[in-house]
Formats: sequence, structure tokens, C-alpha cells
Amino acid sequence: MKFDTPAGRNPIDQLKVIGKPTDRIEGPYKVTGTAPYAYDWHDPTLTPLYGFVVGSGVAKGRIAGMDLTTAKAAPGVVTIVTAETAGPLGLGQFNTAPLLGGPEVAHYHQAVALVVAESFEQARAAAALVRVDYDEAKGAFDLAASRGSAKAAKIQTNPAETAIGNFEAAFGKAAVRLEETYTTPNEAHAMMEPHASIASWEGDALTVWTSNQMIDRSVSDIVKTLKMPKEKVRLISPFIGGGFGGKLWIRSDVILAALGARQAGRPVKVALTRPLMFNNTVHRSGTIQRIRIGADTDGTIIAIGHESWSGNQVGGRPEGAVAQTRLLYAGSNRMTAERVAALDLPESNAMRAPGEAPGLMALEMAVDEMADRLGMDPVQFRIKNDTQVDPEKPERPFSQRQLVAALRDGAERFGWSKRVATPGQVRDGRWRVGLGVAAAFRNNQVMKSGARVRLGADGMVTVETDMTDIGTGTYTIIGQTAAEMMGVTLDKVVVRLGDSSFPISSGSGGQWGANSSTSGVYAACAKLREAVTQKLGFNSDDAVFEDSQVRSGNRSLPLAEAGELVAEDAIEFEGLANKYQQSTFGAHFVEVGVDAATAEIRVRRMLAVCAGGRILNPKSARSQVIGAMTMGVGAALMEELVVDKTRGFFVNHDLAGYEVPVHADIPHQEVIFLDEVDPISSPMKAKGVGELGICGCAAAVANAIYNATGIRVRDYPITLDKLLERMPDAA
Amino acid sequence: MTQFGELDFNRREVVAGASACTALTILPLTARAEAATVGSPPVLSPVAFTVNGERRELQLDTRTTLLDAVREHLHLTGAKKGCDHGQCGACTMIVGGRRINSCLTLAVMHQDDDITTIEGLGKPGALHPMQAAFVKHDGYQCGFCTPGQICSSVAVLAEIEAGIPSHVTVDLTAKTELTTIEIRERMSGNICRCGAYSNIVDAMTEVAGRQG
Amino acid sequence: MRAFSYERPTTPAEAASAIAARPDAKFIAGGTNLLDLMKLQIEMPAHLVDVNGLGLDKIEPTAEGGLRIGALVRNTDLAADGRVRKEYGVLSRAIVAGASGQLRNKATTAGNLLQRTRCPYFYDTAQACNKRQPGSGCAAIGGISRQLGVIGTSEACIATNPGDMSVALRVLDATVETVDAKGATRTIPIAEFHRLPGDTPQVETALKPGELITAVSLPRPVGGTHFYRKVRDRASYAFALVSVAAIVQRDGSGRVAFGGLAPKPWRVEAAEADLPEGAKRVADRAFAEAKPTRDNAFKLKLAERALDAVLTEARG
Repeated sequence: MKFDTPAGRNPIDQLKVIGKPTDRIEGPYKVTGTAPYAYDWHDPTLTPLYGFVVGSGVAKGRIAGMDLTTAKAAPGVVTIVTAETAGPLGLGQFNTAPLLGGPEVAHYHQAVALVVAESFEQARAAAALVRVDYDEAKGAFDLAASRGSAKAAKIQTNPAETAIGNFEAAFGKAAVRLEETYTTPNEAHAMMEPHASIASWEGDALTVWTSNQMIDRSVSDIVKTLKMPKEKVRLISPFIGGGFGGKLWIRSDVILAALGARQAGRPVKVALTRPLMFNNTVHRSGTIQRIRIGADTDGTIIAIGHESWSGNQVGGRPEGAVAQTRLLYAGSNRMTAERVAALDLPESNAMRAPGEAPGLMALEMAVDEMADRLGMDPVQFRIKNDTQVDPEKPERPFSQRQLVAALRDGAERFGWSKRVATPGQVRDGRWRVGLGVAAAFRNNQVMKSGARVRLGADGMVTVETDMTDIGTGTYTIIGQTAAEMMGVTLDKVVVRLGDSSFPISSGSGGQWGANSSTSGVYAACAKLREAVTQKLGFNSDDAVFEDSQVRSGNRSLPLAEAGELVAEDAIEFEGLANKYQQSTFGAHFVEVGVDAATAEIRVRRMLAVCAGGRILNPKSARSQVIGAMTMGVGAALMEELVVDKTRGFFVNHDLAGYEVPVHADIPHQEVIFLDEVDPISSPMKAKGVGELGICGCAAAVANAIYNATGIRVRDYPITLDKLLERMPDAA
Repeated sequence: MTQFGELDFNRREVVAGASACTALTILPLTARAEAATVGSPPVLSPVAFTVNGERRELQLDTRTTLLDAVREHLHLTGAKKGCDHGQCGACTMIVGGRRINSCLTLAVMHQDDDITTIEGLGKPGALHPMQAAFVKHDGYQCGFCTPGQICSSVAVLAEIEAGIPSHVTVDLTAKTELTTIEIRERMSGNICRCGAYSNIVDAMTEVAGRQG
Repeated sequence: MRAFSYERPTTPAEAASAIAARPDAKFIAGGTNLLDLMKLQIEMPAHLVDVNGLGLDKIEPTAEGGLRIGALVRNTDLAADGRVRKEYGVLSRAIVAGASGQLRNKATTAGNLLQRTRCPYFYDTAQACNKRQPGSGCAAIGGISRQLGVIGTSEACIATNPGDMSVALRVLDATVETVDAKGATRTIPIAEFHRLPGDTPQVETALKPGELITAVSLPRPVGGTHFYRKVRDRASYAFALVSVAAIVQRDGSGRVAFGGLAPKPWRVEAAEADLPEGAKRVADRAFAEAKPTRDNAFKLKLAERALDAVLTEARG
């Protein structure tokens, strides 16, 4: 099904199942520990060996020699995979650094060997006996030091540089100006489930149970890496213990499990250990961002410029932190520039709202600072500079843009009018209290997505698609979509996901999953409805699917009467993205307390108001947003992969060192969804919210800290040591 | 509970290339390993404990953690290995009535212990009240930390009831109060990167209210 | 983790002699730190002596009016003990400020005293660490040191003792009771229990090889108001940047020890005389010899301000 004109009325608009806050259909399995994640498979026909990854002990250089003698002789060891035994490997389209290093080492903890043994304990013990001698080379590990050598780089559809009007001239003559530099640190996805795979060969055919967000892409990259035909690979990933972008691609566990299984002649299971993950896998790059805003004294922005520097392995993508600045606020003179510096740190790649999340950490702090300089309320300043069209192409409207409504609604609900504009004025016992606001913005991407829908003789509807549920609620919204389309209750729908033998979907990423994948199911269901009406002899135009019946005029038949039928289709998006800018918007409001003595920062209240198209399931969508807000708190206050700039690695490479928020850091969170249906987006008229929720959140925290203390910290994370000396009572 | 048919997650028949027997050296419990070479053979030790009401007897490499014994040997994979270092709480089990990180304890140290894993609390179709509350309040997203969160939740309510103090307990000598602040502090050893915290507190509050 | 044999003796003397016989053996109690380190090849015992069956899990009154805490008393039980809560509040407070509920249910009194540093370079076997591998150097010096020591450190090691409980025991003037393989017992004042690194950072305590901790004794309660103020980035389940254990009397006198600053709980008795004069005076004296790094100099200010907050609260 092509989607190239705005959606008209369709069966989804009935909203009998869609739009209801339904419990997750896979919930009972998750809460009883019976949902099988990658490392959980205990198929009686699988008696896998255990693989343990050896990571490089240097960041850059060459393996001078490897002594495997002791390791090979260790009890239980079956085989050891190294670059030498693996032979030449390809490089996946979505990988920058090779997944198996040697003789060249591209980064710290890059896998250099996999020890395969009869038990986990034996594999781990033997891995410690692998002796590797390195010729260590000097590397570049410091983004700030490499900033000068960074190169302009485009990312996706965003050019490396944009220029509208005459930024320099307009900025130069602006009555009120801001020019500041902000930094965001390297961040880790730190999903709770480590990357894990079980690989099994049957002749030349490979089956991998893994944890992956993008099944088809990843099959393609397995094929590319192992140089084998695509039809010989099957990837199975029905449950994913979190991804946040970190599982958009294959990682070393997949390839090493496959190589180990081939070498051993038996299935092999591999999970990356937590202390290895941080340097072995990918992370969000740190950024340096320079923002310049010029405005008239009435608060009208006349010039806005945003430049970003990030780091990556040679050939890797930039973070993309300036993308939102092209669209978020009005202003006739604008520029952006995106640059990437070659670093020998582990590979940077996409993490939840790549680009926008760190971009808004800087931009929305800068906007707060600008409002302060103008003496304007930051909510009002944002409202004043709203735009309903693409500021670079005014002929191109936003399909929906409710930023102003979100700001106004949130301000009202949060009690914004009680905020004391002068910072450092409010005290509650030991706490200095402040309020902060920030805009949320994330583009709506749409991706081709397919599905197969079966009608059973028992009237059950089974949906199959290689779509993944990474905690996003996909099982449920796909079930809701099929139920709505086929006129059955949700318990009559079976949803099967995450298997490469199913039709290719959009996968989960970039906030496109919910809208795209349900649209694919919509397309397949539309086809199935055709087949049903034909089979039952109904006129397809006026057939109504309802209560497990099909009705036309006064004739009505049970859906099951149609017998077994299968339909497969995909949604393909064409053209509308050029005519309309599709984005999601919101506003974050945060109250923080900063300890007057120690500058410890604790978030006291949080509210997000979101406009993201039709909300398919308000319960799971709300969870997406609160989860993103939680990650936003982490980004604001604690998350940082700390770089040892001499040895070239992330030092805090475990979950004690890399702090993410715990229960005690997070207060009750409020989420409001504004009414919105977006017929430009898809037949579901939905968009997404999973990344919108993190966008701007950290800046709202930062702005609240400023309001509480009068201290502006432009280097994230905002930890107490950056406030302490400047605290009002610090004398 | 038919959403997945009979939990048919598309298992594929695969042929194992070799038999599953393992090559371990078996030593009596009291024997001492040969001094010092790091590649010394595994020491096997018998251990018996009760898991979810069922007596289980195992012969284990002494290095096997309780978590790995339950997951890899008993094939109860509800408890998860999120970090294997006591830094996340995904492996939480209730042993002798107390929640612990099963990744940081050796299986052989649990002779005759009474162990409850998430599978022992309830099953799909017969959920424990806390499990049902997690479903109702969407106290999870990806579900990976969930078994640990739920085992902890059940134990936390019992700890408050038993008057065990916490970091946020205001008066050490007064009766411990059941507040959301207490719940958040006590649950802080269970990390949820999806960020379901706010919902988990709602689920626990509801169950606590029902109990109270 | 290398293979190890395992035994579970039933008397302290048996346990001590089981260890004395083999230099590559270790006691295991709660296991929450030892197993963590064994998985990373930082600790590599070939034999484990499980001391959980020794019956050292009681809290008893002493003839002097204090408390004798068995070495195997779990952190949870110690913090929850009625007498500890009433008379030694700083100890309860310190324990519940540490780790998580799960860890406190396993961790023991003796094990907690022996908790090793959380320095990230100690934890990464590809990095130089004099504590892990004597003579290999210290990658933390000149590396990342925000969490690390500001005082009592040496040219060989700048690691901190990560404990909370031991900081409280320090202000309580606890003593550590031990037994050795020959059955000889001794008591070690807590002040002498943890060692400064000097040029042997691998030696962290006054324990001799094979010596087993049997109990920790607390002297008679000293009254006063008890505080344990722990400062960290996230609100829970994190090691201290700085912590302050304090007992403050009505007249403003008292005792104070600091955690997170040094290789051992940091208490300078001479500085305590200045408590009535305020936090700055105490900090100036207690931290006179500090040698912070650029990354962690803030800890000195932070410790002073945390103490100031405690004293403010004590004044009510």
C-alpha cells in the first residue's frame, strides 16, 4: 500500500481498540519471567557451548603476538576464535569499527578473541589465560583537542552546513546577543540486557537468537560480515531487554557466536559482560556546541546559529546535534554546521534521539539564557518565536505543530506563574528550589514496513512481522491495530514479532516504530479484509467488520466463516514528507531542589506535555515518555562516560561507575498528551513519542538548577562539584 | 493468555553437533584443588536446595553462582544477568525470606536454602498480586529488569512491615512508615533503564494498600 | 575466575587453620565484594573457606556496657537492631546509606570492613595498579580521579576506602576482634585496622595472613546526636563522594570522621576539639595534609560543607 495522500476516514478512526489504555498483551510473560530473551533459550535440541569475549587491553595499535597455548589447554575449552581463525570478514553497513579486531586494534575492549568452552565458568577462566602482546600506538582521544581537525559531515538528510539569509550580519547587529559554548559528554545506552546471542549452524544455514531492534538490516550485516547468502541466515529476537539505539545493528556477540559455533561444530551462546560493554559496543558521542542567538529587544529572534563538533572512528557519523535548530524557532537569518573529529575512542553511534537529545540540551539552555538576557519569561520567549512553517522553506508547513499549546498547557498545570524569575530566591528547608522549562522537539520519520496477517478457521487473527518490541509496547499496539481493522477483540489476536522469516518491517528506532509498523499491519489487514469480503461474497466498499462479524446491509456472517486466509502487504511512504514537515512537539517542566550546603541536586516534580499524533495506547505511550524523562534526568545530572585521555578508554565501564538514575532519583512524573491526529503521517494518523520524551528534558532540569541557584553550568552532566564553589551560601 | 499461542516463539529445530556431556574433573567436596595453576580443573560439588517449593539436587562447578545455577542448570531464566556484579538488581531472588543479588553468591553456599525466583511467585494466568499490579500499572517496558523488580517489591513491603530502617527513615526508633519515599529508596538497588520507576511505585503502593 | 575448592568449617579455629595452611586461600562470608573481584581476576583464590557456618552472627551486650557484634551479622540485621538504632544511631545510618537492600542482606560486618577500593583502575586488569599488582604503577595518578583520595594517599596509590559502616565504627571507637590459626585472639582498635598505602598499597589492613575477624565491639554508648551524612551524585545506590559520621553533644563538642576522602575512614581527633568553632576550623585542621588532584579537590570543600550542614542540624 502506497501512502502518498493524506489519510481519509478509515476503520482505525472507530477507536474501539486503538487509543485505549490497554495492558500489554505480553505483560503476563514479562512479570512471570517467562518471556524468553536471547540468552534465555533452552531449547532441548540446543546444548550450546559458552563463549567468552576477550577485549583489547589497548585503545589503538597492533597485536604483536597472541599466545593461546594455556587457554586452549584449559579444562573444557573447545576452540578459540581470533581474527586469524576467522579469516577475512566483511564490515557491516551499520558498523564502523570491525567487530573482531586483530591484528589492528581500533579501540579499547574491541573483541580480539572468543574462548569457547563447555561451561560459562570454564570459558571465563580460560579467557583470562589468553595472552596478547600489543604494539600500542598513540591515538586521538580528546574531542576538545581534536576539534580543530574536525571535518564537515552530513548526517541522513541533514547537510553538513546550512545557511539562510545572512546570519553573520544579522547576528552582528542584533540588539541582544548570546554566544555560548556547551558540552555534552559521551553517554552509554546501558540497556539492562547485555548484547547476547546464541548461534547455531545447520550445514551452511545459520540461526541466531539475539537481541536486536532491526531484524532485516541486521541479517544483511551478518551476511555482509560473514560473506554468506542472505537466505541462509535466520535471526530471531522476540524480546529485547532494552536497546535505545544500541541494538540497531549487530555487535560482536552475534558475529563471534556465529564464528564460534562454526569452529566448534556446536551451537554457541555469547553475552557481553557488563564491564566489557561500555567500550566494546557503541555510545552516544560527546559534543561541543556553539550557539549564537540574536534578537530584537522585543524578543524576536533575527539570527540563530548552531554548530556542533562530535567525535567518531574514521568513517563514522557525527552526532547530528544541530538538526532541530533548523526547524524549532523562527528567524530569518540562520546557520548550522555539523563537524566530526576522528577519534580512536570506541565507535559512536545512535542513541535515543540521536542529534536532538544532546542538541536540545544545549539549544534549550541557550534559549533560557536568551530569555533571561531579554528579561522575558522563557515560556513567552518560546511562544513568541514559534513558527508554523519550515523556517528554511516557508512554503512547507508543519503537518501539525502544537508547541505553543504544549507550553501553555504545561505552564498552567505546573503552576509556572508562581515561578520567581530572579534566580536563587526560593528556599524550602535545606533546599534551594527552582523551576525550569524546555521545548521538546523530535522529527517524525516514516519507514516502509510490512506484515502478514492470517485469519484462522477459529476466527483468530495472527499477525507476523519482523518488527521488534524493545519495551515500546509494540506487541500491544500491533494487536490493537489488527483487532480494530478486523473487527475482533484484542484477545482474538496473536502477535508474533522479531523473526527474519516474517515480512520486513520498519524495525524499532528513531521514534518511527509505532507509526510505521502499525501502518504496515494496517495495510496487510486492508488486504485481508478484501480477501474476506470476496470470500464471503460481500461488497468490500460497505462491509463492516465488527464483533467478529462481517456485515453489509442486513446481511451478516461470522468472520471465521471466511476460513483460513492470509494477506501480506507493506506500507510505503511517498511524497508527503517533502510537502509537509512532520515533527512531534512537547514541553518539559521540572522542579529541582539543590542542597544549599552540598549542592546535591534532586528532581522534585516533572511534567511533560506531548503532541505526537494519535496516541495508539495511552498507557504504553505514557510509559515511553516517563522512561525518556528518566533518561533525561540521567543526562542532566549524572551520565558521563569518562575518557582517560592518555589510555583512550571509558574508565567508568560498569554500572557502578556509569551512573544512571535509580528509583530514588525519580519523583512522580506527569504526562499529558494533547489531542492530535495527523493524517499526513500515516493511515494510523499517529507519530511517535518515545524519543520526544527525552528531547529537551535535560535542559529543563538545567534551567531549573539555574533558577534555583543562579548558577549556569554549560557542561553536562551538572554535578555538585560544578556548583559548589559558586553556591550562594558557599562563602 | 493466548496472545502467543502456546508460547510459540518460533523455536526452530536444530541439530546439535555434538553431545552435551561435559568434561569436568569430579573431586570430593573436601578435596583441595592442586595449588595454584590458574588453568586447574574445575571442582565439582554437590548441593541441594529448594527452588519455588521443589527440592533440587545439583552437582556444580564451585564457581557457579546461584544465578547461573538456576538459569543454566535448572533452566529457570526469569532472574536475569544484567551486570553479574551486584550493580543492577536484575538477578534478585528471595532466599530464606530475604532478597539478595543471586549473581554475587555461590550456589554451593546455599545448601538446604529456600529459594524463591520470579517463577515461584506466580504464572501467566495465576499472577501474584504484585505481578498483576505491574501489568495494570505498566511497571515495566522491556521487561528485562522486571523479575528482579518484582522480587524486590515483594521483599520491600515485607521489610517495611518488619520495621527494617532505610536511608530515608526519619526516626530510627519509631515504627517504619510506608511512604513513596521509603519505597523509592528501598527499590534503588533495582535499576530500570527504561525508566518505569514512577509506575512501579504506583504498583507497589496499590499492593501495599491492599495488604494494609 | 580460576577454579577453587570449597569448604565450610564449623568453628573459627578450624576456619583459621584451613586458611593458614594455604597462602592461596580466602575466607568468604557474604561474598558480595570477593565474588565481584574474582569474576574480574582481581582476586584469585584457589580455595575458599566459607565462614557462614561459624555461628558468629549474634549481637550481644558486653560486660562494659557496650555491644559485641558477631563478624557474620548481616548489615541489614545490624542496622535494624534495636540497641544499635537507639544507642549507636550513626552506625545504623551509615549502613543503610550504603549499597542496596539486596547487598545489605548478604554483606557481613567483617566483610564490610574488608571491602576493597572501587578505584576504576584497580577494577580494570589492563591498567597499572600497585594495589592489584604491586610495582605495576598507578594509572589513576594522572588519570581520572574524581572519586579518589584527597588525603592519606601516597605516590603509589590514591584509592579510597569505599565503606560507610567503617566510618561510623571509627567515630564509635570500635575494636576488631580476631583469632588466628593457633587459636590466639587479639583486638585491634578500628583506628589501626585500616592502613594507609605508603609504598605497599596492597596491604590494606592490620590483619595477618590467616587471621579471622570474629567480632567488632562497641564501647559504652556516648550519647549525643548521631549523624551520617552521605553526599553522592545520584540519590541512592552509589558510593560516597564524601560522607560525614558525627556524634554531637549538647555543648557542641563531639566526634567526626569522614568517608570518601582517604584510604581509611578519616578522623583527626585533635581537630575535633574545634567542633564548637564550626566546620571550617575542623576541616582546616583535619585536612591540613591533603593532596588532592585537580579532579577531586572539590571534595575538601564538600566535606567541610557537609560537616557544616551536620553541625547546623545539630544546633537544631
